[in-house]
Amino acid sequence: MNETIILTLITIITAATPLVYASLGELVTERSGVLNLGVEGMMLTGAVCSFATVHYSGSATLGVLAGCLAGMALALLFAFLTLTLQSSQVATGLALTIFGVGLSALIGQSLVGIAFEGLPVLMPELARIPAIGKLLFGHDILVYGSFALVAATSWFLSRTRAGLVLRSVGDSHDAAHALGYHVIRVRYLATLFGGACAGLAGAYLSMAYTPMWVENMSAGRGWIALALVVFAVWQPGRLLLGAYLFGGISILQLHGQALGFQVPSQLMSMLPYLTTILVLVLISRDGGRIRRNAPASIGKAFHPTT
Amino acid sequence: MITLHRRASPSRTMGWFAPVIALGLTLLAGLILFAVLGVPLLKAFQAFFIDPVSTRYGLAELGVKAAPLIMIGVALSIGFRAQVWNIGAEGQLILGGICGAAVGLYFYEVDAWYVLPLMMLAGVLGGMLWAAIPALLRTRFNVNEILTSLMLTYVAALLLSYLVAGPLRDPDGYNFPESRLLHDAALLPRILDGTRLHLGAAIALGIVVAAWVLLSRTLLGFALRVNGAAPRAGTHAGFNQNRLIWFVLLAGGGVAGLAGLFEVAGPIGQLLTTISPGYGFTAIIVAFLGRLHPVGVFFAGLIMALSYLGGETAQIDLNLPLAVTGVFQGMLLFFLLATDVLINYRVRWGRR
Amino acid sequence: MIGVQQTTRYTGWIVHRKSQKPDLRPVVLELEQVQSVCSMTTTQSGADDQPLVVMCDITKAYPGCIANDAINLSLMPGRVHALLGENGAGKSTLVKILYGLLKQDSGTIHWRGRAVDIGSPAQARELGIAMVFQHFSLFDSLTVLENIALGMACDADEKLRQRIIEVSMRYGLPLDPDRSVYTLSVGERQRIEICRCLLQDPELLIMDEPTSVLTPQEVAGLFETLARLAGEGMAILYISHKLEEIRQICHEATILRQGRRVAVADPTVETARGLAALMMGDDVPVVHRQKNTVRNTVLLQLQHLSLVAPDRNAMTLHDICLSVHAGEIIGIAGVAGNGQDELMQAIAGEVSLAEADALLIEGKNAGHYSAGKRRQCGLCTVPEERLGHAAVPTMTLSENAFLTAHHRQPLRRFGLLSEGRSRAYAIQVIDQFKVQCNGPGSLAGSLSGGNLQKFIVGREILQAPSVLVVSQPTWGVDAGAAAAIHTALQQLAQSGSAVLVVSQDLDELMTITVRIAALCAGRLSEFHDTAAVTVNEIGMLMGGESLPAPDADRLASADGVAQ
Repeated sequence: MNETIILTLITIITAATPLVYASLGELVTERSGVLNLGVEGMMLTGAVCSFATVHYSGSATLGVLAGCLAGMALALLFAFLTLTLQSSQVATGLALTIFGVGLSALIGQSLVGIAFEGLPVLMPELARIPAIGKLLFGHDILVYGSFALVAATSWFLSRTRAGLVLRSVGDSHDAAHALGYHVIRVRYLATLFGGACAGLAGAYLSMAYTPMWVENMSAGRGWIALALVVFAVWQPGRLLLGAYLFGGISILQLHGQALGFQVPSQLMSMLPYLTTILVLVLISRDGGRIRRNAPASIGKAFHPTT
Repeated sequence: MITLHRRASPSRTMGWFAPVIALGLTLLAGLILFAVLGVPLLKAFQAFFIDPVSTRYGLAELGVKAAPLIMIGVALSIGFRAQVWNIGAEGQLILGGICGAAVGLYFYEVDAWYVLPLMMLAGVLGGMLWAAIPALLRTRFNVNEILTSLMLTYVAALLLSYLVAGPLRDPDGYNFPESRLLHDAALLPRILDGTRLHLGAAIALGIVVAAWVLLSRTLLGFALRVNGAAPRAGTHAGFNQNRLIWFVLLAGGGVAGLAGLFEVAGPIGQLLTTISPGYGFTAIIVAFLGRLHPVGVFFAGLIMALSYLGGETAQIDLNLPLAVTGVFQGMLLFFLLATDVLINYRVRWGRR
Repeated sequence: MIGVQQTTRYTGWIVHRKSQKPDLRPVVLELEQVQSVCSMTTTQSGADDQPLVVMCDITKAYPGCIANDAINLSLMPGRVHALLGENGAGKSTLVKILYGLLKQDSGTIHWRGRAVDIGSPAQARELGIAMVFQHFSLFDSLTVLENIALGMACDADEKLRQRIIEVSMRYGLPLDPDRSVYTLSVGERQRIEICRCLLQDPELLIMDEPTSVLTPQEVAGLFETLARLAGEGMAILYISHKLEEIRQICHEATILRQGRRVAVADPTVETARGLAALMMGDDVPVVHRQKNTVRNTVLLQLQHLSLVAPDRNAMTLHDICLSVHAGEIIGIAGVAGNGQDELMQAIAGEVSLAEADALLIEGKNAGHYSAGKRRQCGLCTVPEERLGHAAVPTMTLSENAFLTAHHRQPLRRFGLLSEGRSRAYAIQVIDQFKVQCNGPGSLAGSLSGGNLQKFIVGREILQAPSVLVVSQPTWGVDAGAAAAIHTALQQLAQSGSAVLVVSQDLDELMTITVRIAALCAGRLSEFHDTAAVTVNEIGMLMGGESLPAPDADRLASADGVAQ
């Protein structure tokens, strides 16, 4: 029984990690006032690029890096269109997802069906400790990295001057511009960070979660990540909680039948999506709360005409 | 460095030229893509843009593919005009297909005139039902419709896959996840002999005209445009925003559901685990490419349909992956969004 | 500009000025008489008294207009210098150049006699220039401390917190560093801006229309602070179009008109009327207080109207009662954010009211009517925000005419929109209200503020409403347009309509209304005869206090003023 609980917890961690990365990146992007709906596309492109790199180079490090860079490349495209060319953030985000889905399928056509042994455990010796060893130390570097990144982001946003500037740009770009801050530059950087995180999330999917490439393998996680940011009311700490909640629900779907639920697998698979909707309803019902916490200038184009 | 200078008023010329420039740039980028993939350019060009429409059958196929894109594209463009972002048309399409097919299967072997109209009604209602969920959540609980409508698309796909593997599975189908074939009275009549072009194409044209009148001539259409451009001005002038949201989502869902039924009762003829190659998503591109104008959407739908056909031909003739189509569509939308800047700004190179 | 005739009313604003005002020659110098500001100021003041800033021949052109045409400006330490001009005269452009937000096309800026190139606000701050904007550059979701830290090159730490408390105590600007800005009043927000500037120990403080959002009492407090700062040797550039306050606190004034400097004057000797003439040219528009044409019929009545705010950002309305009679204009004063928007929405029908009899139009219970139905009953409204609320910026004037007029005008045919009829109605509005534009096809967003406002007010007035409710009818509008709008409102009232004006501009309310009340924290004060109250008394109402019963003496003298 103990063994089952520990195994379940471990699978929850693996299911939650990509969500943590993707939503954390989007959180920072949104805090700067940019709404990037292309997370799904960036995740998929990151996933296929890291998998391809690992496959051809054999280096997991290069793979992670490639995923990161691929996400950033797409984010750069998004930033150029929305920030420099003033296109609609909603439409461009949708385009990024459609493009990312197609591009990843194109890149990955020859990689379908190839397996890969996955990322190595970071601390194999400690993982051999009975009972809790595997739960605490039996993970790869990206899992520990996700916790570190949440802590670092939280510190960055609330304690550093750069974080303050980023929040101010998201709150009112006109005021930030009037004080002499480079609104566009800050937003470029925040969007690129979001892309890098989405790419990492993708890399985790194709290198650790299910170490292979399947078309559309993110299965809506990019969109769930977007919902998580709302759920977390733009606070990194709450985001971690939300991601693990969702990880738990998606594990329920895998282990549902083992636990004795006589429900068709397709219906169990609906759970994460239905939960997302439910959570959004619960959090949005108090409109004032969203309005107080959401970056005030989110989704609005900024053109320094003065 | 690029700098932008806002025009005093949007350029009308650029409004027409921007999509053309975007198409040209997409072609150029496509040729580069083919070059990278090592495909002879001329052959690729021919496979993509000439071969598919060089026969009567091919042209009819263009209509078959364009009909759902145009229908949904028009419906979505009305919503986008009003800043209501229904991006779950794919799910509404699936629900329409499911409901319509379920009615058709219920009347299996019943040879009566009312079967098809009932199926169409069920298709519309199914799509509306699916779109009513985001509408309810948006108007009642202030939940962003982008995320809910999209989440429901995944739910719809899973529902379809469950139904064709379970309750709606063909009893004589050797456990394949597909329904029975619909009988003749439940199939859409063909409007061109020897092709698959069906009644749905004519209805799609009707929807284009109806949407045009709605947007340009009716108070409701005016209210939608105002709501999109300045929601507070709409409220002040007495337009009820929640009612507009309901209308837009129900209309979009209904049309998408009808398009789903057309797929099931038209080219496919039964329920499968996938009944659409992403028409609901591509329709988003169609709506933007058509500049959110019904007539523009009509032509945009034809272009996008060609990209589907071209992708299929290229897959057969040149052994290119079908994913090329998605890349093409994404690129087109990017270029379109990028060239839109020309409408409101003059673009200059160099410092401010 | 509007309050020109009522100079006596302002004597209530008492300012204790601590600095010694230097003697200025009591003259108004027309531009031709002045060779150049650069040389003038040095001759005026003592030889060792160097000007802090000299702007020479500053020119800045935009496509279609010259915002600044060879403007000279010289600022002395310890002096409050007024930059005076109408909306669009070029004041904002000039100070944005000085603060590094814009780059001049030609001309030079000298700081302490040294030519400088101010490329950014950061460079301006480095030199010692600080600026309080008209629209505050504040971040609602951040705390006072964080807001101040953003305006300076330092962290939001304990040291800064102490300095904020210190400065705010010293200059009478009470502030709690840990409050979030969205919880603060407009006056408190302005204190943050001023405090942020003072923490940088600037030598020059620029204030852009600082009093337009304050109550008279807050204005008096601000003036005390400014006088103290000038006394300590700071140069202050004070931008305004309010003549009385300039006469009170400024030592010298530069007057701009249509992008040119038309005069340098001594505001302490020049009359408000004289300054207005310089500011507006030959034809100073004058709006006369109308004859009282009040009739007995009540056309609009609010009975115990209450409205709970949907969230913390909005104001709850408490038990608001008023009645507007046929033929009268009544006014509601108040500082922004005290429930004006909510009241406007409740009256216009943008939010639904709980009680049907909370709002009566011509005696009919209309509380449950939609916005459209209320218009059909004869209630037309003009909200404060022109772009995006009263009009759709991306639509043409024809479409904007249709927007609210279709309820009362036959602008549809067979149920369908009639472009021809909308166009004809728009043309009618444009002609009658002299709206300058490229015809009914021009986009609402392309019009200047004054012209768009004339169009919007005209659109409602030509529908012959029995009740017109207007918020901020002349906010940010040039004097000519403001006078035209005021006259149109008066004519509407004379023709037997009831008019309610909600405004922050006391001058405006004093000029055109017959009764006046103030809105404070969602509560409406008693109405008083406008002719019988002073600005100071309205200030008390705006602050939520009630007035003592008026004595007969003052009523009599106020009557005299009103004629």
